Amino acid sequence: MNRRELTRFLIFAAIMAAIPFLPFVPDFWVTLLDFVGLASLVALGLVMLTGVGGMTSFGQAAFVGFGAYATALLTTAYGWSPWLTLPVSLAVTVAAALVIGLVTVRLSGHFLPLGTIAWGICFYYLFGNLKTLGAYDGISSVPPLSIFGMPLLDSRSFYFVVWGFVLAAILATANLLDSRVGRSIRALRSGAAAAESVGVNVWRAKLTVFVYAALLAGISGWLYAHFQRAVTPGVFSLTVGIEYLLMAVLGGAGYIYGAILGAGIVVVLKNFLQDLLPLFFGAGGNYEGIVFGILLIAMLQGAREGLWPVIAGRLGKAAPRTVDATGALPGRGFDAGDGDLLRVQDARRLFGGLVAVDNVSFEVGRGEIVGLIGPNGAGKSTTFNLVTGVLPLSGGEIHFEGERIDGLGPERIAARRIARTFQHVKLAPMMSVLENVAIGAHLRGRAGMVSGILRLDREEEKNIFGEAARQIERVGLADIMHQPAGSLALGQQRLAEIARALCLDPKLLLLDEPAAGLRHLEKQALADLIRRLRDEGMSVLLVEHDMDFVMQLTDHIVVLNFGARIATGAPADIQRNPAVVEAYLGSPA
Amino acid sequence: MDFTIALFLIQDGIINGAIYALLAVALVLVFAVTRVILIPQGEFVTFAGLSLAAMETGGVPGAVWLLLVLATGAAVMDAGVALRERSPVKAARLAMWNLAPAIAIAAAVLILVPLKLGLAVNVVLCAALIVPMGPYLYRVAFQPLADASVLVLLIASVGAHLALTALGLVLFGAEGYRTSPVVSGSFQIGPLFVTGQSLLVVGATLALLAGLALFFGRTLIGKALKASAINRRGARLVGIPTMLSGRIAFAMAAAIGVVSAVLVAPLTTLYYDSGFIIGLKGFVAAIIGGLGAYPAAVAAALAVGLLEAFSSFWASAFKEVIVFASILPVLLWRSLTSTHSDEED
Repeated sequence: MNRRELTRFLIFAAIMAAIPFLPFVPDFWVTLLDFVGLASLVALGLVMLTGVGGMTSFGQAAFVGFGAYATALLTTAYGWSPWLTLPVSLAVTVAAALVIGLVTVRLSGHFLPLGTIAWGICFYYLFGNLKTLGAYDGISSVPPLSIFGMPLLDSRSFYFVVWGFVLAAILATANLLDSRVGRSIRALRSGAAAAESVGVNVWRAKLTVFVYAALLAGISGWLYAHFQRAVTPGVFSLTVGIEYLLMAVLGGAGYIYGAILGAGIVVVLKNFLQDLLPLFFGAGGNYEGIVFGILLIAMLQGAREGLWPVIAGRLGKAAPRTVDATGALPGRGFDAGDGDLLRVQDARRLFGGLVAVDNVSFEVGRGEIVGLIGPNGAGKSTTFNLVTGVLPLSGGEIHFEGERIDGLGPERIAARRIARTFQHVKLAPMMSVLENVAIGAHLRGRAGMVSGILRLDREEEKNIFGEAARQIERVGLADIMHQPAGSLALGQQRLAEIARALCLDPKLLLLDEPAAGLRHLEKQALADLIRRLRDEGMSVLLVEHDMDFVMQLTDHIVVLNFGARIATGAPADIQRNPAVVEAYLGSPA
Repeated sequence: MDFTIALFLIQDGIINGAIYALLAVALVLVFAVTRVILIPQGEFVTFAGLSLAAMETGGVPGAVWLLLVLATGAAVMDAGVALRERSPVKAARLAMWNLAPAIAIAAAVLILVPLKLGLAVNVVLCAALIVPMGPYLYRVAFQPLADASVLVLLIASVGAHLALTALGLVLFGAEGYRTSPVVSGSFQIGPLFVTGQSLLVVGATLALLAGLALFFGRTLIGKALKASAINRRGARLVGIPTMLSGRIAFAMAAAIGVVSAVLVAPLTTLYYDSGFIIGLKGFVAAIIGGLGAYPAAVAAALAVGLLEAFSSFWASAFKEVIVFASILPVLLWRSLTSTHSDEED
């Protein structure tokens, strides 16, 4: 959190702290704000899960239920003190989230939200049918919270507990977003491939954010049980889960304060609709449902980013992050070693009946630049995906430093210091170039979620960003490193991907068409950089269509056509090779 | 459990499964053509069923007002688009095209229903009320999002469900209704007591499924819908407008909802919010079938019906839990075997 964000937080905290002391604020509004706080906790979790992590959940109400039922049961049936049940409630919620999350985060595309609907309904019926939980009547006479023996019975005293938790959750969430784990979660939304290529364990990142969101919902549930002093299954139904999602969509699913704004609007609106509309249309209706449903659709049609960005736009842009130039990560060097660094042996890949890569073999030596060329559709990018573990081999073997690496997932191959760029650039467009590049150093850091939240990772973060800034400087993007990656020209985005790959401190760097979209001078600068990397000891395998670039730069060339290797040798030999000439120009008539 | 009970449960499962099969087919159809996962499919069933129940007693169903509201919404949106193009004549024409049929239908219902002209007339009036709601709903909620991701369409669909269920409570009240059977009478096969209505359910379902197969295989509109389902852009290039195929798909989904209502309303008591759970079970079946294959969806619907019948015998309190939990392993299996990547959505 930089100074500007901190100021914003402190102003917000001061306003929220002052409200119950203002003499003209009636009890009724304080009570409403208590409910806003309870909902804010759940919506904050959804911001992380949906807006940041890209997983839409309709089922968050179920986790509120876990937190609420756990404490309601322990305090009423077993006489525990409410504060003692807090860790138990949260443990129950986390355990449930781990089990549900293990299945849910594996669901792809729209199957994931459908899955959350399914278990959202399940838990409602489960809560409603378990005799121990009081079935549909729920559990009543839950004791209130008390502080120093003083029970918090009215909404004014409870207010400070709720908003204390909300403010802590805002801080925790902001810290988490700005940490090593947070960056890996933010990278998920623009596709898992890039995150995996730098060693992020995607399932673990998804499960982490899933559990985090559930934990916030569980806290809300625990508070709710002691505020309402009763728990019934209706409060944890799918409809309520949909309302939580509406809060996130309404406020702006990607923004922390959007969650608070959305929760505020929905809770206040719901209260007034329930009070006002029956006066006009008669009692017995569920009028807020009509309004909420229409509101949800209208937001998607008219303002999909939510309301917060509109407000935040007026508050001014966030200040760029300051980079401490003394921060650096120690390079791990290159060992001489015996034999080739990478050995691809009879690699084969089938897509249905199509042979995309047909028994291709080649080697990349230590400190060598190898070019992989061939006409469109020759199988070059597929070969890259085979080497980096994105696609499994249909046959053959791949060895790296004598170890067989085919069959390992992308993130385990990245851990062996193999880095890559993509033919179709994969950067998180809303994150700055600096943050995108910093993701590349994921495997060189160790800080977990807790140390990120508690800010114990500052030294490591300083080093990661120092390193990222240095790699950005190396590829020549220093003057635009604070811009969002999506605003860069395509050639610059390719360079940013190279910087990200360099942050991994690779032994082998795979570049997929790095020079596409660059101007002549920029190409020269890139060629110089690649040569310097080689001279330091790095090996480079590159796919490129610019033949001048390839011929002047590479030590060795492998030519593919229709998936098969048709030639290999030094650049000068390749230029004269009749099979290569035929593949590119066709045979003389 | 003895053999008679098992037979009874199987019969029950098949009847429910037949209804779920119809809804599953509607969901597959709508998803294939528009990429909308139609959570409010079940609302078509309850609205039709409750309208029929109201008409039986000579009362004007609340669905009339819903139809008018939806038509007005569609008219306003169409006219709004035309006005932004600065063509007020077109705006007026579009508004009229949207409003006129709804007003005509509403008038017919208001005049004819109090005369209590019998079941056949009621069913026709009910269809006239409910079927146009499909295209109107598509126009109002989904057409502006036609190019959005499946995920955005799903959230909109959930929004539509929320609004429609809440409207259902306002329009039909909280009380449940059951209509009188279309086919009365019953007979005995061995130990089994079979009602005419339950035979009708199975027969009508089979007939409708066969009809749909013919429609997609033999008619131009059917083929056009199939083409839009396979490749939307390609279909547009050969002159099949996405908007039209979307409206047709929604009309068919609503029509299937009406048929399901006629079949199921005499067998179970329908409440304003019953549609969600009924529709979701069809939906479980559609998912098991992969949201793409009709025969698989029908088979899965029968399986869901049987699972429900047997779990209501063994663990009746946890019937819904079992049915909805059964979808999770299927979703997981679908996710792990399907080739599409996250980036497509």
